[in-house]
Amino acid sequence: MLHIVNKSATDRGSLESCLRMATKGSAVLLIEDAVYAATTGNAAAAKIQAAAADLKIYALGPDLAARGMAGRVLDGVNVVDYGGFVDLVAEHSNCQSWL
Amino acid sequence: MSDMDEMEDGSGIVKKFMFLNRKAPHGTVYALEGLEVVLITAAFDQDVSMVFTDDGVYQLMKGIDSKGIEVKDFSKTYRALEGYDIEKLYVDQASMDARGLTEDDLIVDVTVLAVDEMANLMAEQDVVISF
Amino acid sequence: MPMVNIAGKEVEVDEEGYLVDLSQWNEDIAKYMAVEEKVELTDSHWEVVNFLREYYAEYQIAPAVRVLTKAIGKKLGPEKGNNKYLYELFPYGPAKQACKIAGLPKPTGCI
Repeated sequence: MLHIVNKSATDRGSLESCLRMATKGSAVLLIEDAVYAATTGNAAAAKIQAAAADLKIYALGPDLAARGMAGRVLDGVNVVDYGGFVDLVAEHSNCQSWL
Repeated sequence: MSDMDEMEDGSGIVKKFMFLNRKAPHGTVYALEGLEVVLITAAFDQDVSMVFTDDGVYQLMKGIDSKGIEVKDFSKTYRALEGYDIEKLYVDQASMDARGLTEDDLIVDVTVLAVDEMANLMAEQDVVISF
Repeated sequence: MPMVNIAGKEVEVDEEGYLVDLSQWNEDIAKYMAVEEKVELTDSHWEVVNFLREYYAEYQIAPAVRVLTKAIGKKLGPEKGNNKYLYELFPYGPAKQACKIAGLPKPTGCI
């Protein structure tokens, strides 16, 4: 399953909810303000790194760049472009957006 | 058409205004709207402070490149505030720490305040407007 | 929004005649806008128009007239950074008219 999160983890609880429900081997794609969680020094960084052991974590590159965060991405997080976003949706049989 | 300058001959009352910014720049429209309100308010010669707390500190990040999401890069506009005589910019230390940021990461010069200093600053305002 | 034909090119403008896509701007458009505003472009006008374009590139906004006046004074000297000089060049408001000619949006704080 592909989980998509678009809200900042330091503003809302949707990343937390997502990580609680995501089962081993699932993919989590961070877009829009959710990408901050995948950057060094963010309060949610430890959660992301712990989750990366069981889940595949992706972050959308254009959203990172638009926030000045392109150079601060955590190790273990895969940066994808819009084409990669489409591929992730196509590769997974189902998808949940944590609005 | 009426330039704001023509409207400045009002009462001459100067109040302390705080604009409190708590949202990240692109995910919602709050950051951009707040900035535009501050620029308009500048014409009224009030005592304006701009405060960035929580995800609001992200508004001031250096190195923003928003071409990929086809959104205007308004981070450059914070550097115009000085020309509008808005020079009191404050950020919250704890919010910076929780995001791994230091003053060097920011596009403008700011004063970093501890939480009790920020609380006092807020308490002494006549008007607080939150975005 | 309305389209106008400027020197053989279709250009979109807003309801007040401001250029919608600033990247389309060229000297022909500036000259067209100047005719619309009944301004005869001289080197002094171009100096202000080019200053505004540089200001926009740096800060991503069109400055309020007060800010424009101050910034011009800093860059081009006090004899140009004052209302009298700028209103003589652009009688219906330097921010409004010069921004339009420069292809910028209407200044923030100009109602």
